[in-house]
Amino acid sequence: MPVPLAYSLRNLRARKLTTALTAGGMALVVFVFAAVLMLDAGLKSALVKTGQPDNILVTRRSAGTEIQSAVDRQQAAVIESQPEVALGPGGVPIVSKEVVVLIALPKRDSGVPTNVTIRGVGPGGLALRPQLAMAQGRMYRPGASEVVVGRTIAERFDGVGVGERLRFGGREWTIVGTFDAGGSAFDSEVWGDGEQLMQAFRRPVFSSVVAKLADPGSFEALKARLESDPRLTVEVKRERAFYEDQSAALSNFISILGVTLSVIFSIGATIGAMITMYAAVANRTAEIGTLRALGFRRAGILGAFLAEAVLLALVGWAAGLAAASLMQLVQISTLNWQTFAELAFRFTMTPKIVAESLLFALAMGVAGGFLPAVRAARLGIVDALRAA
Amino acid sequence: MSGVAAPPLVRVAGVSKSYRRGGQVVPVLADITLDIPGGAFLGLMGPSGSGKSTLLNLIAGIDKPDAGSIAVAGVDITRLPEAELADWRAANVGFIFQFYNLMPVLSALENVELPLTLARMDRRERRERAQATLELVGLGDRMEHFPSELSGGQQQRVAIARAIVTDPRILVADEPTGDLDRHSAEEILALMDRLNVDLGKTIVMVTHDRRAAERAHSIMHLEKGELFAHEELPR
Ligand SMILES: Nc1ncnc2c1ncn2[C@@H]1O[C@H](COP(=O)(O)OP(=O)(O)OP(=O)(O)O)[C@@H](O)[C@H]1O
Ligand SMILES: [Mg+2]
Repeated sequence: MPVPLAYSLRNLRARKLTTALTAGGMALVVFVFAAVLMLDAGLKSALVKTGQPDNILVTRRSAGTEIQSAVDRQQAAVIESQPEVALGPGGVPIVSKEVVVLIALPKRDSGVPTNVTIRGVGPGGLALRPQLAMAQGRMYRPGASEVVVGRTIAERFDGVGVGERLRFGGREWTIVGTFDAGGSAFDSEVWGDGEQLMQAFRRPVFSSVVAKLADPGSFEALKARLESDPRLTVEVKRERAFYEDQSAALSNFISILGVTLSVIFSIGATIGAMITMYAAVANRTAEIGTLRALGFRRAGILGAFLAEAVLLALVGWAAGLAAASLMQLVQISTLNWQTFAELAFRFTMTPKIVAESLLFALAMGVAGGFLPAVRAARLGIVDALRAA
Repeated sequence: MSGVAAPPLVRVAGVSKSYRRGGQVVPVLADITLDIPGGAFLGLMGPSGSGKSTLLNLIAGIDKPDAGSIAVAGVDITRLPEAELADWRAANVGFIFQFYNLMPVLSALENVELPLTLARMDRRERRERAQATLELVGLGDRMEHFPSELSGGQQQRVAIARAIVTDPRILVADEPTGDLDRHSAEEILALMDRLNVDLGKTIVMVTHDRRAAERAHSIMHLEKGELFAHEELPR
């Protein structure tokens, strides 16, 4: 028979300060742990949102990023004419042959020049990205020296308001609008007409070709055919997979660093919990003897003190997770390590993070509470009663 | 009680106990034999360090003798494995301590309910029994109080309620009035007397206090590990 849970709970409440301090330590660890996972989730979500499930993205074989890729016009024409590519109104394939370059713009808060991705988009580009909507102004006109900027660029850089001009590629470009790409990586890009940008940067080749599949299930067949076509030296990925791969290095770095830090901090918090629980056992030795005399078994005592440590951890978990949830209000930006361009995203809470941080907190509670609980359970009844 | 000689409720037979301190063995009890009939109110006296508490603990099943047996209602409790012994205590023994040993974080009512959580009983029945028992000890109006909000005498009455709420056969009391003033002590002793006479509880009480011992119906003396004098007192 277990000792009533109320006993463990009341004891935590009875020593408020110790409980607050110990749970605070655990909360800090949970906060770091959850925040890191949220960062990772936010990064992944931004990059994954960028890709549409029925789009493919073709780059030069082993280019890795669009920046390092080159697809010439003949190759692009072959890709465009594949039967799997969906056709739009008038039988035109829904394809965007795009060029991607980096320019440096000064950041609003620091004035530090930071790489920004400029994407020259083909005629099908907007049909391929339904997540994109104009937030302000209008879309650039094909053939004009006009650009539109993503929402986070508009927020975080100077001189990018609608009506202002940017100078790059030997030309002046008028900013005619701001778009919202739903928190995806496109929000950190500047878009303009592909052909205009190629002329300005004197680039004879595209960076990538994006195409919509009529049937997403035909992807494997198309990929196999294009990648083995002797006229082409390309790599075909689903757009979503392409962006996921882009996030892999940074995501791994964040998770490994974050989890390592959390684990190191958790050792401290666990030792803190252990000290608190050892003190609780020492202070309540006579109570333990009394409970045993009343007929509670060793296992019941073990359970009561373990429960106390776990409840302590749950308090820490709740506090840490609540604090981490507030981080969702914060937007952060980082370099996309593949492209070295600015990429903005948000801390994102997911059910998985809630569950993982809960497990992490429970593990701290059990690890911190176990030895003290064993000591409590092993006390001899008479010796414990004499400790009064 | 029937006039027929029933077997004693508690049979302590040839019990010895010693403690090890440093490398030294300190004998505390040497070959103690004692029968306690059901319904007795036994006072156990003796100088400090004579082993009164040790003997009481053995009878209550919270300590094990080095030799000998202790049978309670026919069950040799020295042979029970630890977990079963815990269950046996929950069902058969009520403890009254010198310093009450209430759980400070639980209310009077919750303290009395605590041993009932070890019995198969639903919440409501548990609550009702605990309330009835607190009323029996005269604390019907203090149920929600915490131990720190009660006087010593009141705390001891809560402890007595906790000891009898499971309706055990035996009550063991180690200096139950040792921490109380004369008046409160008298109240506690009167209460114990009622438990013995009205409810038929068998009580073994260790005490230093001659006046407390006189409330018992028989007194035994422990001295240097031996149980020697046995004086029947007139009721
Ligand atoms: N756990 C223990 N370890 C070592 N010695 C012990 C232990 N418990 C009791 N003793 C010793 O055994 C002897 C008897 O102790 P016990 O507590 O039974 O005495 P007592 O008669 O109850 O004394 P008091 O009237 O002071 O309570 C004492 O000498 C005591 O020091
Ligand atoms: Mg004693």
